[in-house]
Amino acid sequence: MLRFTLKRAVLMVFMLLGLLAITFTISHIAPSDPAALAAGPDANVEMIERYRVEYGLDRPVYEQFVVYLGRLLTGNWGKSIHTTRMVWDDLLAYFPNTVELVLFSILIAIAIGVPLGVIAAVYQNRPVDHMIRILTVTGVAMPMFWLGLMAQLYFALYLEWFPLGGRIEMMTDPPRDITHLLMVDALLQGQFSTFVEALHHIVLPAVALCFPALASIIRVNRAEMLETLNQDYIVNARAQGLSTFRIVAVYALKNAMLPTMAIIGLRFGWMLGGTVLVETVFDWPGIGLYAVQAAISSDFEPIMGATIVLGFFFMMTNFLIDIIYGVLDPRVRDQV
Amino acid sequence: MNGPPMNSVDPLLSVRDFRLEFDTFDGVYQAIDGVSFDVAPGESIGIVGETGCGKSVTARSIMGLLPSPPARVRGGQILFDGEDMLTVGEERLRQIRGNDIAMIFQDPMTYLNPVFTIGTQLVDVILAQQRAKPRAERMTRRDARDHAVEMLRKVNLPNPERQLENYPYQLSGGMRQRVLIAMALSGRPKLLIADEPTTALDVTIQAQILDLIDELRADFGLSVVMITHDLGVVASVCDRVVVMYAGQIVEDASVARLFDHPAHPYTRGLLASVPHPGRPATSLSGIPGSLPNLLDPPSGCRFHGRCALAGDDCLQPPPNTVLAERHKVACWRAMEGAGAVD
Ligand SMILES: Nc1ncnc2c1ncn2[C@@H]1O[C@H](COP(=O)(O)OP(=O)(O)OP(=O)(O)O)[C@@H](O)[C@H]1O
Ligand SMILES: [Mg+2]
Repeated sequence: MLRFTLKRAVLMVFMLLGLLAITFTISHIAPSDPAALAAGPDANVEMIERYRVEYGLDRPVYEQFVVYLGRLLTGNWGKSIHTTRMVWDDLLAYFPNTVELVLFSILIAIAIGVPLGVIAAVYQNRPVDHMIRILTVTGVAMPMFWLGLMAQLYFALYLEWFPLGGRIEMMTDPPRDITHLLMVDALLQGQFSTFVEALHHIVLPAVALCFPALASIIRVNRAEMLETLNQDYIVNARAQGLSTFRIVAVYALKNAMLPTMAIIGLRFGWMLGGTVLVETVFDWPGIGLYAVQAAISSDFEPIMGATIVLGFFFMMTNFLIDIIYGVLDPRVRDQV
Repeated sequence: MNGPPMNSVDPLLSVRDFRLEFDTFDGVYQAIDGVSFDVAPGESIGIVGETGCGKSVTARSIMGLLPSPPARVRGGQILFDGEDMLTVGEERLRQIRGNDIAMIFQDPMTYLNPVFTIGTQLVDVILAQQRAKPRAERMTRRDARDHAVEMLRKVNLPNPERQLENYPYQLSGGMRQRVLIAMALSGRPKLLIADEPTTALDVTIQAQILDLIDELRADFGLSVVMITHDLGVVASVCDRVVVMYAGQIVEDASVARLFDHPAHPYTRGLLASVPHPGRPATSLSGIPGSLPNLLDPPSGCRFHGRCALAGDDCLQPPPNTVLAERHKVACWRAMEGAGAVD
């Protein structure tokens, strides 16, 4: 298992370098002459040359890349024009909110999707299965922002069960940053009312966001369960007198969870980068909003920053899924 | 007053006029049609017949393992120790499985769960058996583990303690079949149903597994139903043979009788297709044709379409003839052509 993990980790470092090489290429090489761009339209040749030296653009490309990596490592990710703050600080302020939202959302999708997938498979082609199918089709077909708006109308405005939007109430003091995840920080510092308030705020956007993931988790889990329940080892388990519950919930599900994990990971990655609509509807201060605002105002550095962070987390997710795969399946673990 | 004869014992398993069909897209498939046979305590019977004749379906029906739908029981009884397995219900069946009747299967590669260790699976099965017992007699997890090791030792698996930590893919086919046998016998069942337990194994391993089953049979006082299409297997481990054809039993005889005096033309064909020292099997000695379509079974004897001796009377259901004390056959031409096999 250790070797397996190490191997995946090394692989991930290389993928990360690949990602950074791409962002580097986009920001340093792709503009026909970045120095001219930086110097501005009115600059003369001399000024452009000065910029070229100042930014190290006259150095060999690999040296520039190393300098670029160094900059990123020291937290110098450039400056945002539209927030006028350092990109790193912005990311630290916005991204954890998105992570929280997406984590919460995927947990809901897993907690509901996996059991529903199992139930749909066990009661294949019976009424329960059809009802669950309606849910999955809805999840795929409904636009997220529309679901969000409807949820707002009904649960926030009409029933007043949940707040309309935002991360916490304006008047509440957020907890001191430890992990930057607000709910976790609130818990760590014993501010339970803040935690409950944050929880209260996260429910609607998380539910609105989870539907597409929920739908695919149900679909994949159902299909995998159907296949697994047909396997010989299930027949054997029954012949040995194991209870139906144990056969379904342990013997079959653990096998079916392998492909389901893959889809969960994939969905999680997509959700990280696909929160902007929900964040807009619920006024959620996340990276989706931040990146879109940056894009609208042609603010280059924040876009690159957001790209790197999202890419990094996408890879992290895949890495984690690989590890979980290894934990679940001994064959994967040992075939290093 | 006429009591039962002194030497006859109540059978452990008694399948009586069992009928089962499958609902398929093409219609109703009459897989099992009026199958009857008994298994006495401690007896070992073989069920033979070509592929698709209904051996596995019969075996799985005994344990209530066929999914319904598509399977549908049309009649008959499967009495085990006096209880009808067709009517006892799932809860009781689950207690009987593993504790009273156990089963092993054809392909040991696929019958163990790939993502759990041997130990987990074995202990789980042993713990499941405990639920049928009164609380005071149940094994703890510790006991179950010790019992698992003991069972692995009984099936001659080297390093039983270490095997508990292994996953199925780390074991060879023969070893896996030993694990499955250990699992099946861990609840000390009275009846072991073995559905082609050696077909997927190398010849040398086959012999070892058969020896093991034979040994354990004596050890545990087991009755065995051995399903196979290999008459060699039957000869080596069975007391009696039931020959199946197209969902029916065509002949039922002690092994010695069957090999020396096969009465049904189908049985004779089967025997003739066994390679023999000095008389290698040729395609000529096999049985021409193939199984009839059981969506629309032929009337009368189901074998008549392939039978060299068939005549008009064969379109009527054949009589069940008792030829000797332990020899029954369902055929109009039971004795004709006997001796075709030397
Ligand atoms: N679930 C099912 N649905 C429809 N038909 C089935 C089903 N299971 C078995 N059958 C049919 O029942 C017949 C008997 O099958 P069975 O598996 O008992 O054959 P078998 O004698 O064990 O053959 P083999 O030697 O190949 O194992 C086959 O023709 C098969 O097509
Ligand atoms: Mg079979």
